[in-house]
Amino acid sequence: MPRTRAAAQSAPARRVRVLVATRKGLWTLTSDAARNGWKLAGPQFLGHIIHHAVCDPRDGKSLLVAARTGHLGPTIFRSTDSGRTWKEATRPPAFVEGSGRIVDHTFWLTPGHPAEPGVWYAGTSPQGLFRSADGGASWGGVQGFNANPQRKAWCGGDQDGTPDGPKMHSILIDPRDPAHMYIGMSSGGVFESGDAGANWQPLNKGVRADFIPAPSPEFGHDPHCVRYAESLPDRLYQQNHCGIYRLDRPSDTWQDIGAAMPKSVGHVGFPLVVHPRDPDSIWVLPMDGTSVWPRTSPAGRPAVYRSRDGGRTWKRQDRGLPRTQAWWTVRRQAMTADRREPMGLYFGTTSGEVWASRDEGRTFRCLARHLPLIQSLEVA
Amino acid sequence: MTASASREAATVVHVRIPSPLRSYTGADEVAVAIPVLAPELPPTVGGVLAALDVAYPGIRFRIVDEQGRLRRHIKLFVGGRLTRDLADRVDAASEVMIVAALSGG
Repeated sequence: MPRTRAAAQSAPARRVRVLVATRKGLWTLTSDAARNGWKLAGPQFLGHIIHHAVCDPRDGKSLLVAARTGHLGPTIFRSTDSGRTWKEATRPPAFVEGSGRIVDHTFWLTPGHPAEPGVWYAGTSPQGLFRSADGGASWGGVQGFNANPQRKAWCGGDQDGTPDGPKMHSILIDPRDPAHMYIGMSSGGVFESGDAGANWQPLNKGVRADFIPAPSPEFGHDPHCVRYAESLPDRLYQQNHCGIYRLDRPSDTWQDIGAAMPKSVGHVGFPLVVHPRDPDSIWVLPMDGTSVWPRTSPAGRPAVYRSRDGGRTWKRQDRGLPRTQAWWTVRRQAMTADRREPMGLYFGTTSGEVWASRDEGRTFRCLARHLPLIQSLEVA
Repeated sequence: MTASASREAATVVHVRIPSPLRSYTGADEVAVAIPVLAPELPPTVGGVLAALDVAYPGIRFRIVDEQGRLRRHIKLFVGGRLTRDLADRVDAASEVMIVAALSGG
């Protein structure tokens, strides 16, 4: 695939809307044009566990929400009017009858390629890939993955994996080619398809998996969050269970960029954000992954770390964040960026706070407190 | 309320709906009519849930998974008797009660 630098422009100075998906429902934060004043609205779907809420950038007004409750099976709600009204999917993601597999929840939603309006992809727990061609109303399995005879070898059993269930996440559609896709799986690793999901190849060379006996396994890794640079789609980054990595295609070997993080902070975390116009600018939010994996901010002092040079060096950014005794962390889909200049960086915490920076991480302020545990944050 | 009216012979089954599912039905109790295939064969629990889904689309998948099993935190009582077998028979005099057990905080 040719290495091209895509045109990427900053968005005009309009209000920013952030979808805040929580363990107890969906809220929305909306700014003024200066991103100074913010209004919190909600909840919608009170009591539902919302794993992901995503706006379709192709029309700017269609929203999909992946929901379940403690009692009821998983479903998808969709809106075509920016969230004023909602309809439930007529056929939510579900494995094929007779397969023995059950979708516990839909974890990840990705709008399809601009050339394929109405197409969406969903990743589930346990690992399954689903596609809708009608704006999220009905979903079918991508059988090249779900029925792949290698799937169990790649992912392990449906009961294996992370504490909240093994997951498919980070479904990335190449902006130059709708048939070229990447997926991330915890556990399983990163996989690539060049034919719209009919066939998949593992893409994990160079990535550690120190929880597997084999020294350099082909798959079975635990990527937490995989992103590509919008302005350079052949540049991939991942925050992994075992470090932070960069991959420049057509190479198939990831480079360890987490080793340059301060030893006292470490290279474990969940979310990762790439600047929409600068492929060398990335942010991670480290957490304590030592001993029993406390999954808190390291030493109770949260910070984001920014690299401006593709991960060769990192700089701590914590101005405005709590200086001590703040033990929250941030889930993999709960840190995001807007497209304004300078870029706005947003993250939502496990303690129900939304923090924002309108100067690319130099200073932060808290936009909302006392919300339920935040699962995802997306700019709409 | 009768969810599906049929001119054919039908068994009407009353179903009690727990609060998490009332966004579908708008009521805490509904009645569904299930066509009678043979007088000696009353409808099954699965048939009741299928008829419920015709009347209230989407409700069945919230309580039965894609492999045809009741979801873990759902309980069904037929005539006051607990069952997890969707092949159990339901006679017209029996009420089906769906219970969403409390789960998690």
